[in-house]
Amino acid sequence: MSYRIIAKENLTQDIHLLRVEAPAMANKAQAGQFTMVRSDEKGERIPITIADWDKQEGSITIVFMEVGATTKKLARLNVGDTLLNFAGPLGRPTEIKFFGTVVCVAGGFAIATIVPVARAMKQAGNKVISIMGFRTKSLVFWEDRLKEVSDNLIITTDDGSYKRKGLVTEPLEKLLEQDTINRVIAIGPTTMMKACSTTTMSFGVKTMVSLNPIMVDGTGMCGSCRVSIGGKTMFACVDGPDFDGHAVDWELLMNRQRTYLDEERESQRLLEKRLRPEF
Amino acid sequence: MAKINLNRQPMPKQSLESRKNNFDEVALGYTPEQALEEASRCLQCPKPPCVTGCPVGIDIPDFIKALREHDMPEATHILKRKNSLPGICGRVCPQESQCEKSCVLTKKGAPVAIGRLERYVADWERSHPELVRKQGPHIDHHGKKIAIVGSGPAGLSCSAQLAQMGYEVTIFEALHSAGGVLTYGIPSFRLPKDIVQGEIDYVKSLGVEIQLDQVIGKISTVDDILKNGYAAVFLAPGAGAPMFLDIPGENLNGIYSANEFLTRINLMKAYLFPEYDTPIKTGNRVAVIGGGNVAMDAARCTARLGAEKVYIIYRRSRTEMPARQEERENAEEEGVIFTLLTNPKRFIGDDHGKLTAIELYKMKLGEPDDTGRRRPITIPESEFTIDIDTAIVALGTKPNPLIPSSTTGLDLTRWGTVKTDAATGKTSKNSVWCGGDMATGAATVISAMGAGKIAATSIDSYLKNTG
Repeated sequence: MSYRIIAKENLTQDIHLLRVEAPAMANKAQAGQFTMVRSDEKGERIPITIADWDKQEGSITIVFMEVGATTKKLARLNVGDTLLNFAGPLGRPTEIKFFGTVVCVAGGFAIATIVPVARAMKQAGNKVISIMGFRTKSLVFWEDRLKEVSDNLIITTDDGSYKRKGLVTEPLEKLLEQDTINRVIAIGPTTMMKACSTTTMSFGVKTMVSLNPIMVDGTGMCGSCRVSIGGKTMFACVDGPDFDGHAVDWELLMNRQRTYLDEERESQRLLEKRLRPEF
Repeated sequence: MAKINLNRQPMPKQSLESRKNNFDEVALGYTPEQALEEASRCLQCPKPPCVTGCPVGIDIPDFIKALREHDMPEATHILKRKNSLPGICGRVCPQESQCEKSCVLTKKGAPVAIGRLERYVADWERSHPELVRKQGPHIDHHGKKIAIVGSGPAGLSCSAQLAQMGYEVTIFEALHSAGGVLTYGIPSFRLPKDIVQGEIDYVKSLGVEIQLDQVIGKISTVDDILKNGYAAVFLAPGAGAPMFLDIPGENLNGIYSANEFLTRINLMKAYLFPEYDTPIKTGNRVAVIGGGNVAMDAARCTARLGAEKVYIIYRRSRTEMPARQEERENAEEEGVIFTLLTNPKRFIGDDHGKLTAIELYKMKLGEPDDTGRRRPITIPESEFTIDIDTAIVALGTKPNPLIPSSTTGLDLTRWGTVKTDAATGKTSKNSVWCGGDMATGAATVISAMGAGKIAATSIDSYLKNTG
């Protein structure tokens, strides 16, 4: 297998898009699924959500933010380079059907993940209201893409440098107060998904979140990604990654996500040293 | 009849001092003198009971005879006729409960060390590729394609057999390296990775194609494979999902399944972090829960990675332990502490969700249960705690649902394994066979290899009959 990169785009300074040749995967991919990626022989296997796919072209698009050593290495690949390993589509697809009115909330680089979900929800006949939140204006991307698949698009920035100032939960709460909302999908940083779930809880609106615990194989074999849902241990890689946000044990998830913080810092320090040798 | 020699040659081992700090193989293998001496002990029984004790039916006295006559190419040839992966079997087979158990000399307390001789021949083969006789000429190409799901012992042995019969064989492997449990599971100090790679290369040299990163059930289903021109599918996806204890605190940071722990070490080389990117927390005080070979492997890994205290927590006594005696001895020599007749009640953590201790019950043994082993019984109010920072749960696995849930017409047992006819490997679904852990639940490398072989024979006769 050769997973050749056929397009690359820097969506913001730290958020990158790679379109990768993977015809068999493209043929099966559905909204909400992910891939396991490895960049080089000494590299980690990391999960990255599928942002788009093209059956005709036989390609899979992934979008990721440079946060750790692996994503920094991936960011340095260019058109014509190949990913060493690219397995998927993994996980269960997002439940798509006619609900009525669906609110799709995304934060940061997860905008890329919510676009295929919103598109599929729209195609299933739903009224789709999307909310995208960023820290600041320079991090905004794919506004057009999300607009195209939404009946209504609300944008927030934490600092008010673009559109509405504030967090995504504020317009979300307004919508819940004003309209009948039948389902909420929230994808983004764990704290944001937790806040959205807390917001929707009192309105009793089912809220699906896409969890991102640490994974190793991504195929149900190791249990690294175990999460607690309604008191039951589940594996995000095969039972998820989508779960009912009202049933997630958020504290446990955040604790487990922090397991290797020291090691991640060490890896990054060494990588930066390798990339920028001192003269 | 020759005089009976009961002087079984011991296996030379890496010294305790050095091996505690490296992942190099512990058992060093016989010298030529030792191999000849040990081979000379074989009585060459006319009706050899050892052969019936071997799941793949190696002609044991014949290969030992060739070895004795210094005809190593012939010894290799005899081994390979029945076993495509002798370098692996010679190392990890539980010979004491198979071929060696049936050896006539076992009654005298000194069975011929068949496994060590097998290993000796396989290692000779690897270091003398130019002298190895080519296997018999391939039968004419049948032009039939066969798909194998999984490149572990069952998949490799089935592929090798079918390729030698002239079929076009493709293996679909989910991970980024071939070998299954041989690669991600068994540590290099017990099974060096170059041995595994050598056996995989051998299977490839027979014309088998291995496609990596192929998670069957996701990128394609078994039904897709059959539609895409494969005449038969052999399912050997392996161990599946790790089992946990289902007790409080099990998801605290610092608690690993043995699968995760060993995968991080063996497949991802986390013990070489930060040279390799994958991290691992190996801890100073480690509890490994379970009494099988996997538990010993995990415990011995942590001992090598500098843990001060490594405990094996096992709920029965030493007699009932499923781990091989050799592995138990090695573990104890390396400082692993056996905490027998104890069973976890709960894990205890700090405010940051980090594991700090394990609370255990003391146990006693009651009447034998349906496995024939004496049943462990909890002693009330016997709880005590041990301070630990890492726990590894090695309680076995249950089948991974990815393939069963995506395949039509595949009957399962109530344990979630694929219903399989033990004599042929056939499943309820036409053109689909199954073997290894997915068919039997967790078992040994050699029984998986045996299943691969049985399925290959059955697939061959099925395809011959269907033209």
